[in-house]
Amino acid sequence: MAAISDVNPFVTPPTGDNAFARITDNVARIAETERPPRAWYIAFAAALVMLTFFLGSITWAVWNGIGTWGNMMPVAWGFPIVNFVFWIGIGHAGTLISAILFLLRQSWRTAINRFAEAMTIFAVICAGVFPGIHIGRPWLPYYMMPIPNQMDMWPQFRSPLEWDIFAVSTYATISIVFWYMGMIPDFATFRDRATTFWRRLAYGVVAMGWRGSSRQWHRYERAYLLLAALATPLVLSVHSVVSFDFATAQLPGWHTTLFPTYFVAGAIFGGFAMVVTLAVPARQFFGLKRIITIKHLELMNKVLIATGLMVGYAYGMEFFVAWYSDDSYEGFTFVNRAFGQYAWAYWTMITCNVLSPQLHWFKKIRTSPMATLLIGMVINVGMWFERFVIICTSLARDFLPSSWGYFVPTPFDYMTLGGSFGLFFTLFLLFCRYLPMVAISEVKAFHPAAHAHPEHH
Amino acid sequence: MSHPHEPPKDTGPAPLHGLLAEYTTPAEIIAASRKVRDAGFSRWDTYTPFPVHGIDKAMGIRMTILPWIVLGAGLTGLTTAILLQWWTNSYDYPWLISGKPMWSIPANVPIMFELTVLFSGLTALIAMLVLNNLPFPSHPLDSVRRFARSTDDHFFLFVEAADPKFDEAATKALLDSTHPHAIESVLEDRSTPDTLPTGIIYVLVILTVASAVPFALAAKARYTLSRTPRIHIIQDMDAQPKYKAQRGNPVFPDGRATRIAEAETVAVGELHEDDHFFRGKDGDNWARTFPPGFRADELAMQRGQERFGIYCTPCHGFGGEGNGMVSKRAEELAQGTWTPPTNLTEARIRNMAVGELFNTITNGVRNMPPYGPQIPTSDRWAIILYLRALERGHSATVADLEPAERTGL
Repeated sequence: MAAISDVNPFVTPPTGDNAFARITDNVARIAETERPPRAWYIAFAAALVMLTFFLGSITWAVWNGIGTWGNMMPVAWGFPIVNFVFWIGIGHAGTLISAILFLLRQSWRTAINRFAEAMTIFAVICAGVFPGIHIGRPWLPYYMMPIPNQMDMWPQFRSPLEWDIFAVSTYATISIVFWYMGMIPDFATFRDRATTFWRRLAYGVVAMGWRGSSRQWHRYERAYLLLAALATPLVLSVHSVVSFDFATAQLPGWHTTLFPTYFVAGAIFGGFAMVVTLAVPARQFFGLKRIITIKHLELMNKVLIATGLMVGYAYGMEFFVAWYSDDSYEGFTFVNRAFGQYAWAYWTMITCNVLSPQLHWFKKIRTSPMATLLIGMVINVGMWFERFVIICTSLARDFLPSSWGYFVPTPFDYMTLGGSFGLFFTLFLLFCRYLPMVAISEVKAFHPAAHAHPEHH
Repeated sequence: MSHPHEPPKDTGPAPLHGLLAEYTTPAEIIAASRKVRDAGFSRWDTYTPFPVHGIDKAMGIRMTILPWIVLGAGLTGLTTAILLQWWTNSYDYPWLISGKPMWSIPANVPIMFELTVLFSGLTALIAMLVLNNLPFPSHPLDSVRRFARSTDDHFFLFVEAADPKFDEAATKALLDSTHPHAIESVLEDRSTPDTLPTGIIYVLVILTVASAVPFALAAKARYTLSRTPRIHIIQDMDAQPKYKAQRGNPVFPDGRATRIAEAETVAVGELHEDDHFFRGKDGDNWARTFPPGFRADELAMQRGQERFGIYCTPCHGFGGEGNGMVSKRAEELAQGTWTPPTNLTEARIRNMAVGELFNTITNGVRNMPPYGPQIPTSDRWAIILYLRALERGHSATVADLEPAERTGL
């Protein structure tokens, strides 16, 4: 292990004779170093092992059919859809931070928006895998696209599942556009700092010859603002559409108008939890503590309190509506949810999602990186259980008592779920290694040194 | 080897391309931009590591048309979504889904929204790149060493020599008055060819052509006929390893997939040795009584009525008089091939042995098909029981009534 430095190369202060140069160096040296810190290698090896399990379990499911999973009537949705909704929810914080906080002029977002966007894209990739393999014949997903085919048939556009295809693929495309466009000036910075021909070529190609001319910046900023304005309603629409998959079904516990808002709040909550889970180790290992400060963690934890309360309100409101509707099926579903066979999952969800963020009311806790990390992870667990509870409790106890059942996952279910984290972390660690982890030009633009105007101030 | 577009290298020093001034703070570049703007230059630009607040005004940059392009793209996306959904689901392949209207706005709003955003978002990126002249592989200032800091921490202002107001000495004096960190004269780049290397152009052309091949093949497949089945990569359940009736099976000596009963054998429950019950025979004659195993009670009568209604009435009619719907229709068509069904209430049938009736139902007669395979044995007896009641009803006389009923007539 002599080749790998035992000392984190990023603990030294960044070099540069002015604030802007130090910001550039702080971010660029992560991608320029010969050897990343040892923690990166350990994490990457673990992620690759998990990724192997993911690909292996999917191959097995494709080869043998989806009977390898525990999905069985009445719980036909099982893990694949739980995982899909979980990942697509995670994928909401990135665009929220990028777009909504941009429109709200929250300048603190610049420290975290780039890797939150990256996280969004990788989470959407993970999410996209699940409907693809859940359709049973994964070589036919093009049936969902409006493509002229030999059957001369078209998709059915009045179905929320078809809306889902459009919402998720539009969201993935626009998130990538947003992410890539934000990186163009930073790629140019990498290109201009490159010391080898291949680095210069690779970053030069993706920077597309960006020179940072003010005439270019003018159009760039206008395009970025428009993208933010477009992505804001988009991010709200995606999880609303995902919730329609449930809300337009007639199943008690799903058939409710509360779902779109409840899902969007939950997605922001879960996404922010994932951002803090990633931000704490990233700032630690890559020496980004000067850019992602305790103040940033504290602000994100405050968002977690707010969205955690919204989610808690939604949980309570579901019970109120079940009682107020005087519908016996709806009432039974919710009593069963809290006290039936899945009570253990329900109370895990309540503990993780409603109670654990309340710890952030204490300043000592919300300014502690370790507590932030732990609570972030706990919320991620809780948000996975939220989707599990919604899907399994309603399906396992539907209208017909003769068809009642209990969902039992198989080892392949667990492997696919665990393996999806392998895909996510592999992509994320590669991103940390080769791409600008922080939006360099945006951080500079909000630095106090960028605002010294001779005649205005 | 020399490139055709490459100018000869031995024509003396390259002419001046322009003047580059370097600044260390945003405030300086804004002040300098104002001066250059007010001096009336048109071919100049500033290069900064981040968008400097207020420089648009200081340089006199006019508002870009980009938002209008994006608006156009958004409206195109909206129109596309409306036409796509209307054309596919209510015109080209009208598709009735749980009684919903073929075309209504609310169910189609989500996709209208998504395509509006998709078209606008992609256009925002593409329009930004195109309006900014990107991709731009080689910039004249790339050769200036200090210019690399334009994406790091310094701010640059460049005035082109091609500007009508440009005068080397006067412009230099103007830039000097803005207190730059440094001023550099930039010569024209004579080493970089104006066009892409031929190899890259060839690769791009080949890739462009190659990318059209799959679409061309798809189009060809769509508009030509072929006698060979299409290639089925994923077999799904096309071929199933099982033997069907009437097909061959090499496992058995007779080579047939269908297995027929061996001679002198009887399958379990198929012996049928009770001649009276299964064949209606009493010795060599037709049985004149119902078999002992058949219980002629009220339940059997109801069952018989129900079965008679299902199997017999189409031809024989509800009263059994031979005037069922099928028969009426056949007589109406008058094709001359129809043998009218028997009137079951006539004396010949009334006097017929129940065993013979049973045999007729089981094996058919004339153009009446055998009903044995369709109607279980006890149901056939139930039908005969009901038929006997029907016949009785048809031939009843006053003598058949109870004395109390007779008084009511």
